[in-house]
Amino acid sequence: MRSSGRWSQQVIVSALFVLLFIGLALALPGFRQVDNLLTLIQNVSILGILGLGMAVIVIGRGVDLSMIAALCIPPALLLQLVQDGHGIAFALMAALALTVAFGVLNGWLIAYAEVPALFVTLASGLFLAGLGQAFFFQLETVQWPPGPATLDVIASVGRGRLLGVPASVWMLGVTLLLMAAYLRWFTLGAYVYAMGDNPQGARTAGIPTRPMLLLQYVSSALIAAFAGLVLAASLGSLSTRIFNSTLIYDVILVVVLGGIGLSGGRGGVSNVLIGTLLIGTLLNGLTILDVGYSVQNLVKGLVLLAAIVIDTFLNPRNEETAQQGDI
Amino acid sequence: MKTVITTLAAAAALLASGSAFAQGKGLDEPIRGGYKKALTGKTVAFLPGAMAMDLAQGWLKGLKTELEPQGIKVVVRDPNFNTQAGAQAFTQLIADKPDVIVVHNPDVSTYAKLIAQAEKAGILIVQINMASVTQSTAYVGTDWVDMGEVQAEAVVKACQGKSGKVAIVQGSFTAAASAYTVKGIENVFAKHPAIKIVSNQSADWQADKAKAITQTVLKQHPDLCGIIGFWDAMDQGTAAAVKEAGLTGKVFVATSGGGETKATCDMVKSGAYDLNVSYNVPNQGANLASTIKYLLSAGVKPGQLKGQMYTTLVPVTKANAGAEGTCWTLGK
Repeated sequence: MRSSGRWSQQVIVSALFVLLFIGLALALPGFRQVDNLLTLIQNVSILGILGLGMAVIVIGRGVDLSMIAALCIPPALLLQLVQDGHGIAFALMAALALTVAFGVLNGWLIAYAEVPALFVTLASGLFLAGLGQAFFFQLETVQWPPGPATLDVIASVGRGRLLGVPASVWMLGVTLLLMAAYLRWFTLGAYVYAMGDNPQGARTAGIPTRPMLLLQYVSSALIAAFAGLVLAASLGSLSTRIFNSTLIYDVILVVVLGGIGLSGGRGGVSNVLIGTLLIGTLLNGLTILDVGYSVQNLVKGLVLLAAIVIDTFLNPRNEETAQQGDI
Repeated sequence: MKTVITTLAAAAALLASGSAFAQGKGLDEPIRGGYKKALTGKTVAFLPGAMAMDLAQGWLKGLKTELEPQGIKVVVRDPNFNTQAGAQAFTQLIADKPDVIVVHNPDVSTYAKLIAQAEKAGILIVQINMASVTQSTAYVGTDWVDMGEVQAEAVVKACQGKSGKVAIVQGSFTAAASAYTVKGIENVFAKHPAIKIVSNQSADWQADKAKAITQTVLKQHPDLCGIIGFWDAMDQGTAAAVKEAGLTGKVFVATSGGGETKATCDMVKSGAYDLNVSYNVPNQGANLASTIKYLLSAGVKPGQLKGQMYTTLVPVTKANAGAEGTCWTLGK
């Protein structure tokens, strides 16, 4: 457990975040307004929800590159079915069934066929996105249909405010609490850490690792689809083009930046939170400074590199601390 | 004597043709045969940014309805928003040697060399709506500088007596539809010193990014009087941010798009956009097909001519969004 030291990556990133936050608050009067801070969190809430889903997978020593496909295709299918005149219950069930089936497919291939998660999810994401883009939808943008009142109820996950806080921020909070509870207080959560720390050992100890993997990938697909629903409600439409974007790298970025090692077994929801907040602060500050999108990417890359380099200096790796599967 | 013979000959000719008319028979149209020969069996390849856009669907429909009945084969290569895949498809097409390639450039430079290479290989290149820096035989589509000017004029008018603060949400900086539109906006704003651009960013054609940028900008400048967005599919996010801030009607939102009913007219009617300058995709599709028919029938060789066909812009506002014919509807 090399990250348990005083200067763990989480501490480094938290320090970076605090420095950046204070710097921006002093330099930009518009930054420190409460309203702007809420906007900051709102703008990264989807990223945060996805990061939480990814974190549970990564802690269990896996990775799910298919999350963006699960984010856009099932919710878009829901909207498309409603547009085509199907009932909302039917549309919801179809979208849910697709998501679960997709998670089971991922989990089965990883757990039972023993194909590495990296390859499985890379391919399955392409498959699901392709399936959607080619057969389910005529256009890349699926509109949120205006009519049915039940659908407006569903829309409240991403639209409007409660007690002055935007809905998507609430959804991030709810997901955060659920995940924290799952990892901390449930036996299943302890299994996840055990599997990430030592998969062989976990199995020998009698943990049902294969059904656990299945559960893991079903849950990440469900979380991704939920994030997609929040996104669609907040935008009033959902574009399957988002699959072609670099969003999945941003998700991995917040997970790794927060200090959850890709080798598994370490970290928790607080890591995701700090990673997400750092990225959110960066993006918000740069947008206020009117810095373009390409430069924003550059800065994101630099910050990640800086965090990793500082971590390597403060926590040098050696034969003892290096883990099998370290990337 | 000479006149007599001429008269007789003329009379004979008249009689001959007269008899044809008298019997109701047709005449051989002298140029039709050449036209048919020039067009029949030709292949036109269509390489859009992605077929999943209303724009591409509309252009393809125009190509098919006008060209297929003339015996022209229309083939499609769909790179699905992947520039790399697009360049590969283009290279493959050059090897396949269709007679014409209709190309929709994702930016001004990616296909620049391929366009020159294709024309050298004897393929006519017609660029649709987004031009590359390499000029080819024909460009059919929007005059983006004009587009910028139309939108900027509307925003200037809406900003009169207000803060004069304007935000711009670009697509990607290197696309023709972004770079040239900015030029048009600058042309107009240069004449109105009261207008100040407080934010000029790119959302990479994505609605979620457009929303995030607009939300932040609106928090910094709640007195913003206008936003110019560069594509309606992306500016759904821009409009959502304005609506969420409760500023619909207070901040003038201008955007542009292909004029499809759901994306254009419905959104203007709902108040999401105050102006959506439509480039009328069915009209562009028809112009595209006409250009190709003309080039093929005239036997134009690649590189022999270089010309443009700018299509007319239709500003859609609440005044005409409900009128028939303003928008077009995508068929199933």
